[in-house]
Amino acid sequence: MNDVAWAELSNSLIYSAIAVYALAFLGYCAFAAGRSTTPAPLPEMSVAAGAAGTAPYPEEAIPSGEPTPAGRTQFLGAAAISLTTLAFGLHAASIASRGIAAGRAPWGNMYEFVLVCSLAAAGAFLATVRRRPIQALGVWVSALVLIALGLAVTVLYTPAGALVPVLNSYWLVIHVAAAMIGGGVFTVGFIATTAFLVRTRLDRRGRRTGMLPSTETLGQVAHAAHMFAFPVWTFAVIAGAIWAENSWGRYWGWDPKETWAFITWVLYAAYLHAQATAGWRGVKASWFAIAGYAAFVFNFFGVNMWITGLHSYAGV
Amino acid sequence: MRTAVVLLALVAAAAIPGSLLPQRNVASDPSAVASFYAENPGLAPWLDRFQLFDVYASAWFASIYLLLLVSMVGCVLPRSARLWRSVRSAPPAAPRHLGRMDRYVAWTSDVPSDEVVARAEATVRGLGYRVEVAGTEVRGERGYLREVGNLMFHLSLLVLLVGVGAGRLFGFEGRVALVEGASFTNLRSQYDAFTPSVWTDVDGLEPFSFTLDDFDATFESGSVDAGAPRSFLADLTVTREGSDPETVQVRPNDPLDVNETKAFLTGHGYAPKVTVTDGEGNVAYSGPVMFLPLDQTYTSEGVVKVPDAVPTQLGFEGLFLPTGVIDDLGPRSVFPDDLNPLLVLTAFTGDLQMDDGAAQSVFTLDKGGMKQARGADGEPFKRALAVGETMRLPGGEGTLRFDGVARFANFQIAYDPGKEISLVAGVLLLVGLTASLAIRRRHLWVRVGPTGEVEVAARSVTRRPLPAGEVDRLLTALDAPRHTSSPTPTPEKETL
Repeated sequence: MNDVAWAELSNSLIYSAIAVYALAFLGYCAFAAGRSTTPAPLPEMSVAAGAAGTAPYPEEAIPSGEPTPAGRTQFLGAAAISLTTLAFGLHAASIASRGIAAGRAPWGNMYEFVLVCSLAAAGAFLATVRRRPIQALGVWVSALVLIALGLAVTVLYTPAGALVPVLNSYWLVIHVAAAMIGGGVFTVGFIATTAFLVRTRLDRRGRRTGMLPSTETLGQVAHAAHMFAFPVWTFAVIAGAIWAENSWGRYWGWDPKETWAFITWVLYAAYLHAQATAGWRGVKASWFAIAGYAAFVFNFFGVNMWITGLHSYAGV
Repeated sequence: MRTAVVLLALVAAAAIPGSLLPQRNVASDPSAVASFYAENPGLAPWLDRFQLFDVYASAWFASIYLLLLVSMVGCVLPRSARLWRSVRSAPPAAPRHLGRMDRYVAWTSDVPSDEVVARAEATVRGLGYRVEVAGTEVRGERGYLREVGNLMFHLSLLVLLVGVGAGRLFGFEGRVALVEGASFTNLRSQYDAFTPSVWTDVDGLEPFSFTLDDFDATFESGSVDAGAPRSFLADLTVTREGSDPETVQVRPNDPLDVNETKAFLTGHGYAPKVTVTDGEGNVAYSGPVMFLPLDQTYTSEGVVKVPDAVPTQLGFEGLFLPTGVIDDLGPRSVFPDDLNPLLVLTAFTGDLQMDDGAAQSVFTLDKGGMKQARGADGEPFKRALAVGETMRLPGGEGTLRFDGVARFANFQIAYDPGKEISLVAGVLLLVGLTASLAIRRRHLWVRVGPTGEVEVAARSVTRRPLPAGEVDRLLTALDAPRHTSSPTPTPEKETL
């Protein structure tokens, strides 16, 4: 196969992945609708009993096999997860063939960054859902991945090609890979945090909330995602500084991209501190995580499109 | 902690305006502040009064991060002392009511209590805990490195401040543009722009010089990304003090390094070579003239100043087009490589005003004392020259021949004695942060009662749950009956 064939294969695969993510999204919607109409088999609070790490989650323990409403709902959840896994595979294959087509690490422009970052988000979700009962977040994860991929193939699409010389460095592989993985896991943290805030508000008003996992589960997932992603993001910033020193002669120059990476880092640091501060833990701290994610997204779209700086060569 | 959260939020907010407003001393566009001033003459002085064009060097930004560091030191020092005491003291005694711990298992055993204690001690030690045995109670604690990592992370920020400070106090940055064949010696006077720090030894810069022998650029010629740059390569002959000249190749991401003073290839452009004769027929200038690239296809603008021409000084202004096309859209370049170089110039005669001592840009003409040359029809005199062609000014005031094309390269030369310190700080920061987030500090207790009841309890000191399996291994080692386990909810814990 030549480069053009690999590039075409990559494009076909990403469209297939989008189609399968869309099916998964429908599955999650049906799952969520089923949960919200099915009486919860056990009080949600008991989910927290799993905190010590050994007890199975009661939500998972709904008997299946019989075509009860609860069994059907469980089946839909499992089917949606399987579809997501399939879409993840297609998505990963698309990125790999893109890399073969271009003959380099496939994260040299905005299109490729969005592809890999959304893959990291889907992967982080799939890894988490194996351990925690958060299938209900699949609606949000698949929706965000679909929006990201939709933007990528319409607005951001760039044909596979070589890079400008300043990007021709192994630091591109290291620095951008860390930023994408951090960003993908921050995405899962953002979704869990948002769901945590929604669920907290609904609980306070005494609404029925069968659609969402318990606040305990959501809080733990959000915290775990941020605790994983924060050091990765820190590494991305440090690797970027080392590359900048090697490329421009100064490791920190308050270029807009650097500034927003710094703002993102500081907001997530504030989140971790707030989680350890009496009176801020929970709802108040969560807003710092939301702000940190907003800064991350702005750094990618806003800074690349509206502000010129030394990172502007990345190109739409 | 509350103070830290508030100050962190303030730092984040304070960093925003600097990314939206043009900044002095930010590398991307040195003239950004000046053009902002020209566009917003009313607003700009007010923004300047609040140091909004120097946000990251401003008094208010510094005061926020210094407050943050002070509050951090105030928090970290007592914690270091507490950690020191807890490392030196034995693991804590079991609380009276072990049933309230995160994990609690109790059963009655007919194994002699001293054997239970001995087995428990060996197992807990084998799990990597510090162990203390007091009578029939085994106390274990593990995960001290979490707090060590946490402190290391915070202290690394102080190290980082030292590294940044060293660069800001002793380092320098400068820029120089060299045409092929030209040389540079590392002296302050040879720089086009030089930004020293407070205590930079400006007379003791690293002694070296280099000549730009050749500059090579290649561009994408395929249909995808046509015209995108693909490689830049500068061939230098470098002379270091006390050694013979050597050839060095410099590329983007691959600088020249002379004892930590580094020269980076940051850009390039074209310098058309011209020969100008004056009204008396003598050669008044011959050589390359740098033109400033305007866009991706290297349409470049510039001027040729000929102060030595007599009877009148000559000035030329116009465009250099590496792959020139002249059509209805006007003269422009369609490709960045020099495939069809064209030089499009208008001419001026009169006084270039270069004698009054004021600094002039080499890219613009001061037309105050100049008169534009006009053709017989009264229109401005203008010619597009291919290589080898000559333009003759009306009235025999001079000629200009386009001899050929040279390239120039921009070098950024920097010296930062603090960067190794900053790198060490970065490594400490990352290691400390990872340790403080990944390591779980926890306690484990085994207590044997007088009538053979065995209690096993574990507690996580952090917000993260206990690692799976540790207690189970202990239970197996103590032959605990199965299904005695009773997990209880994790109470909220203090972290960080």
